[in-house]
Amino acid sequence: MDQVSRKKKSFISNLKDSFIQWIKENIGIIIALIILCLFLSLNPVTKHSFLTLKNVFNVLRQISSNLFLACGMTMVIILGGIDLSVGSVIALSGCIAAGAVSRYGLPLGVAIILGLIVGLVVGMFNGFVISKTTIPAFIVTLATMNIAKGLAYVYTGGSPVRVVTKEWQFLGAGYIGIVPTPVVILIIVLIITSFIMNRTKTGRYIYAVGGNAQAARFSGINVAKVKFFVHAYSGLMAGLAGVVLASRMYSGQPTAGEGAEMDAIAAVVVGGTSMSGGFGKIGGTIIGGLIIGVLNNGLNLLNVNSFWQYVVKGVVILLAVFIDYFKNRKA
Amino acid sequence: MEPKVLLKMKNIHKSFPGVHALKSVDFELRAGEVHAILGENGAGKSTLIKVLGGIYTPDEGEIYIEGKKVEIKDVVTAQKCGIAIIHQELVLVPYMTVGENIFLGREPMKGKFVDRKKLHEEAQKLLDAYGMDIDARTMVGKLTIAKQQMVEIIKAISCQSKILVMDEPTSSISDKEVSFLFNTMRTLTAKGVGIIYISHKMSELDEICDRVTVMRDGSYIATEVVKETTKDRLISMMVGRDLKNYYTRDYANQGEVILKCENISDNHMVKGASFELRKGEILGFAGLVGAGRSELMKCIFGLTKNYTGDIYLDGKKVNIKSPTEAMRHGIALVPEDRKHEGLYLIQSVKFNTTIEVLKEFIKFIHVNKNKEEEITQRYIDMMATKTPSTKQLVGKLSGGNQQKIMIGRWLATSPKILILDEPTRGVDVGAKSEIYAIINKLAKEGMSIILISSELPEIINMSDRVYVMRDGKVMGCLGHEEVTQEKIMKLAAR
Repeated sequence: MDQVSRKKKSFISNLKDSFIQWIKENIGIIIALIILCLFLSLNPVTKHSFLTLKNVFNVLRQISSNLFLACGMTMVIILGGIDLSVGSVIALSGCIAAGAVSRYGLPLGVAIILGLIVGLVVGMFNGFVISKTTIPAFIVTLATMNIAKGLAYVYTGGSPVRVVTKEWQFLGAGYIGIVPTPVVILIIVLIITSFIMNRTKTGRYIYAVGGNAQAARFSGINVAKVKFFVHAYSGLMAGLAGVVLASRMYSGQPTAGEGAEMDAIAAVVVGGTSMSGGFGKIGGTIIGGLIIGVLNNGLNLLNVNSFWQYVVKGVVILLAVFIDYFKNRKA
Repeated sequence: MEPKVLLKMKNIHKSFPGVHALKSVDFELRAGEVHAILGENGAGKSTLIKVLGGIYTPDEGEIYIEGKKVEIKDVVTAQKCGIAIIHQELVLVPYMTVGENIFLGREPMKGKFVDRKKLHEEAQKLLDAYGMDIDARTMVGKLTIAKQQMVEIIKAISCQSKILVMDEPTSSISDKEVSFLFNTMRTLTAKGVGIIYISHKMSELDEICDRVTVMRDGSYIATEVVKETTKDRLISMMVGRDLKNYYTRDYANQGEVILKCENISDNHMVKGASFELRKGEILGFAGLVGAGRSELMKCIFGLTKNYTGDIYLDGKKVNIKSPTEAMRHGIALVPEDRKHEGLYLIQSVKFNTTIEVLKEFIKFIHVNKNKEEEITQRYIDMMATKTPSTKQLVGKLSGGNQQKIMIGRWLATSPKILILDEPTRGVDVGAKSEIYAIINKLAKEGMSIILISSELPEIINMSDRVYVMRDGKVMGCLGHEEVTQEKIMKLAAR
């Protein structure tokens, strides 16, 4: 057998192994997701609307923003921290990117990069303070959450920044082939995130610092650098979510992303990542995000009163975490 | 007259899924005795204690307290039976005063409110009665570990406990504090309290214990009177075979000086320490707790940023400011506290073994899993670590195997200088002996080893030379032909 085909074969068998492992690790929530989907596709009210290509893409488009945040949040939570600022960053980066186009007439590419940079800068600031001091991530990001939200209101004066440029919508509402653009971006981001976490040294270091920061120091790991990187990444993801959302809504809105950090945390936790740090997988977060997205969609299709939707969502999060708890206790 | 029997445990059985943890264990405690339980990790000591403390209920067997049969269903019943357990990890509330801790849950009341004045007076009376220099109104968190232990003991006594269980009480306190603890124990036994004493330190048996019960693999082996038995006999009972060479050491001709440290200070615990390390030697560092040995090594390993003094490697002056730089110079430090400074307990054996040598098999985003597996297996074999697989979570291994994983991880960095800080703490005798043999082999192969240990027999039997530290300074150096416990203590004590 020649070298190339052997390499190819081992790549495929590796992929198969990781896939089987992914199923095994997440069997509880995968079953929960399947039950949820089965219910929605068999229920007389939703069976004609749920399993259509249009609706499936719609769900994926909606969860993309949450999963962008959840990618960063998974890393932050594995590190033993939390990032509360991401919801506000959505608003700030979305408004600034939209403003760049509509107020200053800058090219789209520049506007998008500007939005990403806004997220990155907030994340870097979080990372800087958290890595250089012992102030908890909760407090630091609570502060930047308010600062970013405030700045978004200051910049916009409280009203949405509309974008009339047609191309602007491509990122959030457009399609590549038949697939919505945000879904394509999401797949790319998920691959990058999973590569960082599973196949790079940095990924191992994140688990090491989250599992035992003191031991990581003794192992010669630059703990501050790891913390800085993770928070910067989380900020960048929030910036991306902000730009995509602003594109989908044809405007930058200072109220966008309200409470988005909580949905992201829910996706991560439902996905089996431990809030005490050191343990978790991006593969679980994907399922967690899907459960929350399908649930939101299903409740809308079922015409459930939006006040009750919160209650149902809360109960489902609890259930998912319970399944995980009992699975781990048995092990 | 035969002394009164306080506690009798007969034919105790306890099984967990897959493990028969206790197999027909008998145990007897008399009033006024200190009775040691010896056994390797996993021998069933802690399970037995948990049965006694009401945390586990036995599947079979009887427990008699002062001749009366009792059923210890839960922790409260255990307390009512006069049983108090002082755990290795202390369970006091740090932000409450000593008095509040002693009377926690049974505070003296004045109407509907806690009578704080009376509470502290009563507590102080108890503390004074046992000659303890502790103010009942201090926050517990501000006390040393040794003093917190004393508070636990007083708390137990104030509950009228007659049976006191102490789980490795001397593992984290200094020698001076140990002797105070032993004195307190003697006062207690004189009053008729029976003490069950669990320890890995054989040297303490002679000093404080009257009888000793040996357990192995969940079974009762024998009970002996300490004065009438020997250490070798006890060890062979524990291990189940004769350990002919407990310590392995081949002294060899020493090479040239590889590491030289001059006048190292960290402005805190280390105050101008100097020493030399030769190629292929085992260099012991003895001293009391707080003498600055670990802190000195942290300077050399780059963990302390603002130290002063000069470090020479192979005659060349080096400036080490981080562990990464130390590792690049071929220095490895196996820290003393494996739970907090060493291991990632929720991660696998593989993760723990390779975390410092990732660059050998991860190139950007390509992970060479075969290489990773190979490295892990190499150090499992070298250290003779017992683990079901390389995927096993390290937290589920025994103390000895955890220690081996940690040493293996540092060997993977191929160091020239290996610093071992308390490499056998909380490790059972079998694994200890294996670790000694490995250290000896490494030194023979030319590695230079610094061995910090609080167990003097270990230092004396393993080291080519022994440096003794006191108050952050090196007080002297003893060659292996002249070193004795007395000589070390003379240099180490104030």
